[in-house]
Amino acid sequence: MLKDITIGQHYPTGSVIHKLDPRTKIIAVFVFILTLFLVENFMAYGFIAIFVICCIRIAKIPIKYIIKGLKPLTFIILFTLVINSFMIAGEIIISIGPLNITEEGLYQGTFMAVRLIMLVIGTSLLTLTTSPITLTDGIESLLNPFKKIGVPAHELAMMMTIALRFIPTLLEETDKIMKAQMARGADFESGSLIKRSKSLVPLLVPLFISAFRRADDLAMAMEARCYRGGEGRTRMKELKYFKRDFLAIAVVLSLFAVLYLM
Amino acid sequence: MKNLTHIYNEGSPHQTNALEDINIEIMSGEFIGLIGHTGSGKSTLIQHINGLLKPDKGKIIVDGMDITSKNVKLADIRKKVGLVFQYPEHQLFEETVYKDIAFGPKNLGLNSDEIDDRVKEAMNLVKLPFEILKERSPFELSGGQQRRVAIAGVLAMKPDILILDEPTAGLDPRGRDEIFEQIRLLHQKYKNTIILVSHSMEDIAKLTDRIIVMHEGKVLLTGETKAVFRESERLEAIGLGVPQITKLMGILADKNIPFARDILTVEDAKIEILKWLRGKKNA
Amino acid sequence: MKNKQMININNVTYEYKSEDENLVAIKDLSLDIKQGEFIVIIGHNGSGKSTLAKHMNALLLPTEGIVEVKGMDTQDEKHTWDIRQIAGMVFQNPDNQIVGTIVEEDVAFGPENLGVKREEIIERVESSLSLVGMDAYRFKAPHLLSGGQKQRIAIAGIIAMRPDCIILDEPTAMLDPEGRREVMKTIKKLNKEEKITIIHITHFMEEAVDADRVIVMEDSKIVIQGKPREVFKQVEKLKKLGLDVPQVTELAYVLSKEGINIPADVLTVDEMVMKICQLR
Repeated sequence: MLKDITIGQHYPTGSVIHKLDPRTKIIAVFVFILTLFLVENFMAYGFIAIFVICCIRIAKIPIKYIIKGLKPLTFIILFTLVINSFMIAGEIIISIGPLNITEEGLYQGTFMAVRLIMLVIGTSLLTLTTSPITLTDGIESLLNPFKKIGVPAHELAMMMTIALRFIPTLLEETDKIMKAQMARGADFESGSLIKRSKSLVPLLVPLFISAFRRADDLAMAMEARCYRGGEGRTRMKELKYFKRDFLAIAVVLSLFAVLYLM
Repeated sequence: MKNLTHIYNEGSPHQTNALEDINIEIMSGEFIGLIGHTGSGKSTLIQHINGLLKPDKGKIIVDGMDITSKNVKLADIRKKVGLVFQYPEHQLFEETVYKDIAFGPKNLGLNSDEIDDRVKEAMNLVKLPFEILKERSPFELSGGQQRRVAIAGVLAMKPDILILDEPTAGLDPRGRDEIFEQIRLLHQKYKNTIILVSHSMEDIAKLTDRIIVMHEGKVLLTGETKAVFRESERLEAIGLGVPQITKLMGILADKNIPFARDILTVEDAKIEILKWLRGKKNA
Repeated sequence: MKNKQMININNVTYEYKSEDENLVAIKDLSLDIKQGEFIVIIGHNGSGKSTLAKHMNALLLPTEGIVEVKGMDTQDEKHTWDIRQIAGMVFQNPDNQIVGTIVEEDVAFGPENLGVKREEIIERVESSLSLVGMDAYRFKAPHLLSGGQKQRIAIAGIIAMRPDCIILDEPTAMLDPEGRREVMKTIKKLNKEEKITIIHITHFMEEAVDADRVIVMEDSKIVIQGKPREVFKQVEKLKKLGLDVPQVTELAYVLSKEGINIPADVLTVDEMVMKICQLR
């Protein structure tokens, strides 16, 4: 189940989209999301869908892979569709007992569902084509101008990096602790909901303690390596805009500008 | 002697540390040393014996019970096989030492008197003073003490087979010697089966009756401790060694000094050398 | 070169302050370390060796006494970062000291903090990785490496800061024998070829055999100090402290006690083979 989620996963293919500056991609996704919420007709959504499919093709990511990523969200998408179909007043198509499906509701529901799907595909395209670290660098760089008003750009980026670094370590640890407690007869799988959440205590307590210990150690190690915040720090990898970045931004902006005007 | 553990034709679900066609028989009351370097399949193997992992193929029979069959209850396996993981103190979670050690017995469904007895006995076995420590938080204790609390937590389940995965990793020599001494006494007193995984050939040599050598998911060698350490060349070929003293006597034997190749302790080496020197004097 | 002072510790006492009691971790301890030395510190958990190590790069400051690194007082805040650049530190748990999600990024972390120029960082990352023999892993994720490999990455991360001295606080304690061998080989190479002063803390006695000087700590103090031969000769005393002695050294010791003509300061198997062959 956990490994089915594609949001946040990186799928390197070396395509043009992969090579774009992370800032370009972040801005593009931002514009994309904005457009999704501002545009309210199916025609425009059709164009957006074509655009998204083109992007997936250019990025050389198998469509199957993207659809697989949507699977865990099936429930939420269906839920949106159903709720909207029932809740919105209008011309009744079918009645099931006290519940009425209206034409307006169905229209609105489908619309919301499509919007949700687009949203998920668009954002996963960003993470699929950008390694977590470059993404972090991009966010830091974009947030830099806001430092003056107190946005801790460097600290946020550092936190993200460390989180990314420790996720696999903590996952491995979770597995180990779980097995150890199972060897002592712990049961994580059966019983009522309350019993099951109680049974997580022997897993979560050691996990938290270990996470704190690691945090302590890491802070010490970082200090020993002269870490003192973002001030005066240089970077091995610097972000650079190329011609293709300006081109990409231009394409996205003009495309969506047209959609607004439609 | 009855067959205690029987594993054959086993394949593991993980490809990276797969086990291949393993057949082992362990007798009741044996003290087994399991060696092999990281990734050789040791950890996978011990998790199979405890029922944490299921083999793709093959059977594991513990004390007449096939633990690979579907209708076997996990609790029944846990009663028979206790497993102490590496750095077991990282699994402590209760507010008091008492409660933490009682976790295993409680899961076995024992009544509170029985649990009480078992906690006392287990703490006694690892030399932790019951009255002083029972209400203390395990997290206030020293590293060595924490480890002993964790081991007591498994001992309290009174397993017939005790598996220890590098129980002294990260401890200093004093802490290591204390733990091994307690394991040795435990084995003497209860005659239970012990499987010890360790990287220290010196410790394996000191403690075990029989050794199983794992390499690339297979059993490479198995036999009495002395016999296995006689095969120093084969062990070294796969990156394992023999105790320093065994190596020394082996090299000397190569130089035609009539020493046995299976000397495991300094004391035995001393006796052997003195014997040789006296024999020469008389000649 | 060898006679230049690297670290001077003068009558240092350190107390951990907790709610109800003050715990003395180091007591009136003095130690001078010269440039280029390879020092091994041995002792039990709680003997104060780790606390001592953390004084050598200003992670801890003495309650009493003075610690100087290349003549700079660690109490003086304006030297803190210079001291940490000169005296790098590697810790016990390989997982808890790697910051980057890719090997090369982690190695670059130190130089980035020092404000080194971009081109030079790249150059330093390359040379440091090749020094510890990990060039092939430059673009790998650290969590996929073995313990010994992770520790070598941690060492590369320190070397990239161009230190004169590296303090290693039980870097081998959590490793398997293969990992320990890899790390020890790397440490020795840095000392021999790069002339980096090494202060290695461990409780594996065999790692002390090649040191210039062995220091044994017990109860917040230095109890034995000297060349490995001089230290290991004191088998009885070490055993009383609950420390290990290499098996061959112990054998030489018990044989010499039986009146056999073998020096008690044998350190390696090869030496012992020679000594016994001479008895023939």
